[in-house]
Amino acid sequence: MKVELDINRENHTVDVEPRLSLLDCLRDKLLLTGAHAGCEHGVCGACTVLIDGAAVRSCLMFAVQADGYAITTIEGLSPGLGELSPLQDAFCETHGMQCGYCTPAMVLAAHALLSKNAEPTREEIVDAISGNICRCTGYAQIVEAIALAAERMRGANRPQDGLGAEP
Amino acid sequence: MTASGKFRFISSDRRVREDRRFVVGKGRFVADIVPQGVNHVALVTCPHPAARIVSIDKSAALAMPGVIYVLDGAELSGATNALATGLDTPNVPRWPLAVKVARYAGEWVAAVVADSRALAEDAAEAVVVEYEPLPFVLDGEEAYKPGATLVHEAHGSNVLLDRTFAWGEVEQDFAASPHKLRHTVKWGRSATVPVETFGVTASWDPWREMLDVWASIQVPKYPDQTAMALRLPMSSVRVHFDVDVGGSYGVKRGIKHTVVVGYLSKRLGVPVRLIEDRMENMRGGDMHGPERNFDVEVAFDDQGIIRSMKMRALDNVGAYAGRSPFQLGKPVGAIVGPYKIKSVQYQAIAVVTNKTVQEAVRAFGQSPTNYAIERTLDEVANRLGLDRLEMRRRNLIRREEFPYLIPSGSTYDSGDYHAVIDKVLAQAGYDDLIAERDRLRAAGTLAGIGIAACLEPSGGNSSFEPLLNPKVGTTTWMDSCRISIDLVGSITATMHTTSAGQGHETLVGTVIGEVLEVDPEKVRVVRPDSLNSLPSNTPVGSRMAIMLGGAAFHAATQLKDKLVAIAAHDLGVPVERIGYKDGTAFVTAAPDSKRSWAELVTIAHRYIHRMPPGMEPGLAVSHIMPVPGGGGLPDAGGRVQMYPCYSFEFHLVLVTIDPDLGKPEIKRYVLGHDCGTVINPKIVRGMTMGGVAHGIGAALYEEFAYNAEGLLMAQSFMDYLLPSAHEVPPVEIVHHETPSPLTVFGQKGSGESGYLGAPAAVASAVNDAVRPLGIAVNSLPIKVARLGDMIAAARDNTKGN
Repeated sequence: MKVELDINRENHTVDVEPRLSLLDCLRDKLLLTGAHAGCEHGVCGACTVLIDGAAVRSCLMFAVQADGYAITTIEGLSPGLGELSPLQDAFCETHGMQCGYCTPAMVLAAHALLSKNAEPTREEIVDAISGNICRCTGYAQIVEAIALAAERMRGANRPQDGLGAEP
Repeated sequence: MTASGKFRFISSDRRVREDRRFVVGKGRFVADIVPQGVNHVALVTCPHPAARIVSIDKSAALAMPGVIYVLDGAELSGATNALATGLDTPNVPRWPLAVKVARYAGEWVAAVVADSRALAEDAAEAVVVEYEPLPFVLDGEEAYKPGATLVHEAHGSNVLLDRTFAWGEVEQDFAASPHKLRHTVKWGRSATVPVETFGVTASWDPWREMLDVWASIQVPKYPDQTAMALRLPMSSVRVHFDVDVGGSYGVKRGIKHTVVVGYLSKRLGVPVRLIEDRMENMRGGDMHGPERNFDVEVAFDDQGIIRSMKMRALDNVGAYAGRSPFQLGKPVGAIVGPYKIKSVQYQAIAVVTNKTVQEAVRAFGQSPTNYAIERTLDEVANRLGLDRLEMRRRNLIRREEFPYLIPSGSTYDSGDYHAVIDKVLAQAGYDDLIAERDRLRAAGTLAGIGIAACLEPSGGNSSFEPLLNPKVGTTTWMDSCRISIDLVGSITATMHTTSAGQGHETLVGTVIGEVLEVDPEKVRVVRPDSLNSLPSNTPVGSRMAIMLGGAAFHAATQLKDKLVAIAAHDLGVPVERIGYKDGTAFVTAAPDSKRSWAELVTIAHRYIHRMPPGMEPGLAVSHIMPVPGGGGLPDAGGRVQMYPCYSFEFHLVLVTIDPDLGKPEIKRYVLGHDCGTVINPKIVRGMTMGGVAHGIGAALYEEFAYNAEGLLMAQSFMDYLLPSAHEVPPVEIVHHETPSPLTVFGQKGSGESGYLGAPAAVASAVNDAVRPLGIAVNSLPIKVARLGDMIAAARDNTKGN
């Protein structure tokens, strides 16, 4: 069946089996391979995408259920070819990753947090990524990346209205 | 001697170049590589811990449109060679698909190939296998007993390895010691469980006679083993190393997966891939870690000085002999930990059972052994009423005693263990920590301090192979780097393995930048395929900073020498009078007399008439580096230099336990770490933090538990609990640097850091917390439910008394 998907502010019409997960649809039909399969039962969070700005597990959702929502994948976050968003740059600054497999989902979960909360506490950051398993880092440098990004974005946005700015 | 100020790029807090591609989702993982026309494998697995395969009916599966093949073990074993095993156990053959008998629940029985993974999974359910269940054995000690149910009948027992070594005068030292203490502990079956499962794609070209392989691997000799099993010359197997590996920490071995898809691609003439789902990974991916029972006895004096140790370690390696029995061999290289124990008796036992096959896990068996030693030391201190830290300090090797030869034949290169501990105490304040613990106790909480001191052996040459299997004479374990400067002056370097997040491209770039005095960012680092590669033994045993870093150093140094020689010849002065700075070679006494980088490159590539006579044109250099100190076979007494370099770590932990729930919480974690010269601080810190998280998981949460029927109970992340950001506390790392005299910059390994001591430290803290109740917890993982029950029972007893 056909489904209309709004992905990274572009519309895609995709022919899918009703049982196709959003994750498999993104990866196999649209070649958006930044979303990763980890457990495919909703625990590890490696498949996280944003649905209307909220972090959602794309392995637990059928592609047909995503019809009509604004989907953001990791491919939609970088501001231009070869460029990084402030959040992505902060992950590089603190080395908030190792193998990179959980990283796109971590960045998206952090993006969702910072869109709502410009000045998160450590606890709020930990909460926001607690549904995303990382086996490499022990999370410390990921938490630091998100705190650093928040701080930088606050600094960058101080003269303007500050909250909720797109990175 | 410290490194500060000695280096320009080494040890500076530089970014990790690999990170840029990962933060934008442009890593290139195996599942992202999809050759045209690829077909997909799903597996039919055995639901019994042991069963004879009576028949396999493939007809319903093959009748499904889109299903192209069902492969069974009879066909595969007839067309391939058995998988390589480490020990000399010819009657314990290991095949990718079970042959006649399946020996663990989850073992692969058949592989279904279809044009989509979903269809392959559907068809796998349609394959009808008739089984005749057989008796089985799950417990390692049971399996070891004479008369036990045999996992492999032809082998005649379940014992793969049973060796007892005696290094030094063990009986004499025991007889001379006033005190003895015997302590048994268990290390439960867990693993490092990467978020990416194992995956491999193979594509056979029958006209070129070439098998292209893309795989998520971290394993030495992968092309060799694949070729041998598939009965191909190695020159017909082309493994692509430019595949990002989504975590491994030892376990991404996958030879059996590769043989399945390699054979199928040859058989069917199409590309075939197998990307495990999580359940396939957990039960049949053969990536479980050690499951080890320790029986440790030590002999010591009134001061707590330990003179001798007897250790028996029995490891339940699962149903087949992989490389895992060697995980009992690595700890021989640090069998006394950081302590001056004069003599050791070590019995290493590996038994097969009807559980999933064990494979290499981070630290290759060293972390369980460290846990056993450290827990025993705690008990000795408790027995004598000594402070556990003071008692360790008395036993630790002192700085002035290095290089230090341990009874089992390894010489520790360098260290300053007391200094590391002092730094940790300066950070944490031991007396303050004890006061805090006692304040918490007074307030009604169970609280304990955990201590662990241990070593990370690094950069070795696989000497546990000849030690445990005399038919294997391995003493070489090299790594390599090739550097070329092209005719416009850009630098490209090669490495010859995949990486799983260790930042090796950054390592190579940094080292070459340091030697050639150029911006490391300007050094391109690439990974040729296996047919274009120099020898590498891949990132195992914390070796790459030492070995790949060393190879890059030597190749870059040769290249620099060549640039200097060209300049000397062109300027008409002896080489000794040429200096080199930032890519320019100049006459030391007259710096204006010089040749720039561009001039030197041009001479090397275009002007042979200005080259020193006989010198090879161009600028390309390779270096294949042996392990520092070379390598030798074990002597008759089983003594061998196992690893060249020994990093040290010291953990100090404060844990509270909710007395009603039994739930432990880590309140403070301070870690002193010394891995010699740090090449990239961000990478070393991340490795160490991640290692601690793995260690906390092994200590408190993670277990491949089996039920009495022999079925794996932890087949998903709902049942196998991975620490989230909530469970891993902030860890304060205190850094110390004792350079190794054996390596090019003084670096040692750090790939397993944190994991080596965290389980021991957490277990030590939990035991300190429950000791006032008169109980001890002597097996890992310390699950909340079991700890809660133990505490409740102990409190009831106390009340009853």
